[in-house]
Amino acid sequence: MTDVLNRDIVVRTVNVAKMYGEGEAAVHALNGVSCEIYRGEYLSIMGPSGSGKSTLFNMIGGLDKPSEGSVFVNSVDIAQLTARELAFLRCHTIGYIFQTFNLITVRTALENVTLPMLFAGKTPEEADEAGRVLLDTVGLGHRVHHRPSELSGGQQQRVAIARALANSPAIVLADEPTGNLDLKTGQDIIELLKDLNKTRGVTIISATHDHKMLDVSDRIFHIRDGVMDRVEENAKSQAVLA
Amino acid sequence: MWVAWNQALASIRVRFLRQIVTTVGISLGIAFFCSVQIIRVTETAHGESADRLKWLVATSLVMCLVGVTNSMLMSVAERYREIGTIKCLGASDSFIVKVFFLEAVLLGLVGSSVGAILGSSFMALAEKYQGNPPGFAGFATTVVLGTVIGLVMTVSAAIAPAMQAARMPAAAALRVEV
Repeated sequence: MTDVLNRDIVVRTVNVAKMYGEGEAAVHALNGVSCEIYRGEYLSIMGPSGSGKSTLFNMIGGLDKPSEGSVFVNSVDIAQLTARELAFLRCHTIGYIFQTFNLITVRTALENVTLPMLFAGKTPEEADEAGRVLLDTVGLGHRVHHRPSELSGGQQQRVAIARALANSPAIVLADEPTGNLDLKTGQDIIELLKDLNKTRGVTIISATHDHKMLDVSDRIFHIRDGVMDRVEENAKSQAVLA
Repeated sequence: MWVAWNQALASIRVRFLRQIVTTVGISLGIAFFCSVQIIRVTETAHGESADRLKWLVATSLVMCLVGVTNSMLMSVAERYREIGTIKCLGASDSFIVKVFFLEAVLLGLVGSSVGAILGSSFMALAEKYQGNPPGFAGFATTVVLGTVIGLVMTVSAAIAPAMQAARMPAAAALRVEV
């Protein structure tokens, strides 16, 4: 937090607006949000449900296209990308973690983690090895061949985190990662994310309601009624897990 | 390509019962088509005019088409979420279409060949007992025809919804609840 001026910008949004529907019935989910997200920070996006938080989140992750305005990831305007280039971006630059885990139910933990690596063109052997290392990192080295249905919620989310890190992305997007977990498990997941943020320098952007999440965040964006309400700096974040 | 192949195989293996039901649906449709076709071929071969059976063949084809399309549409629709997730992991649109294509080819091939052989054999035996044995050529043509028609139907019924799903923005695919 000390050297904000020296920090690299990894995501920038300029006047992003999103409408669902058309004409009079159109719903304005976002009304022009501009923000900058720095490389290596732990950022939380807060807001009541219906505030446009998830919409902003989807825009940043290239999961949806804005109706107006632009989103730049690593200085590239993602609206200009073709479907193939967008897939490449999702594969190499962004990792996703969902509230509902969204593991591929028909594949094992290891296969879930290696799938993005195979998309990236790694050989099966390389992917297998890297996948085991990642599962080890999240504390699931002993569960590589289990299917998602054979894992607990916390374990599934750990697999999802390992999968998000598969291609060493610059950004990990976490949409309410603790929303479906009990208190203790949620705390463990937050600590794991913070730890990965510190040791790997990966930028973490999470949409959340969870106050424990806010404690470890470097900055917090408060979204209200589709606009940026305020940006909160959290100086304590560095101390929390130190 | 082999990644898509593995994904398709895993999907069939894990959802085995569900896929068996789909396959049986395809088989039944094709078996019906083949049995009617055998009657037509046999009776024509024995000098009778079987033109009156043409409409029955056409009806069986339509029934078959509806059944197969319904099974395949459902199997794509119940997997929107999986499609959205795979897109988030960096799958290209063509990868998603490939997975569904390969699955449909496998299910279509197994389902329609089993259906074609069973339906044709059953009706060929029945005709034989009535003293009208169908020629081998007629039998073989019907089996091949039934298999090809079933395969084409299954694949085309799966490809259209899969392409549509693949083109959706990932966020939209993830939101779909079935």
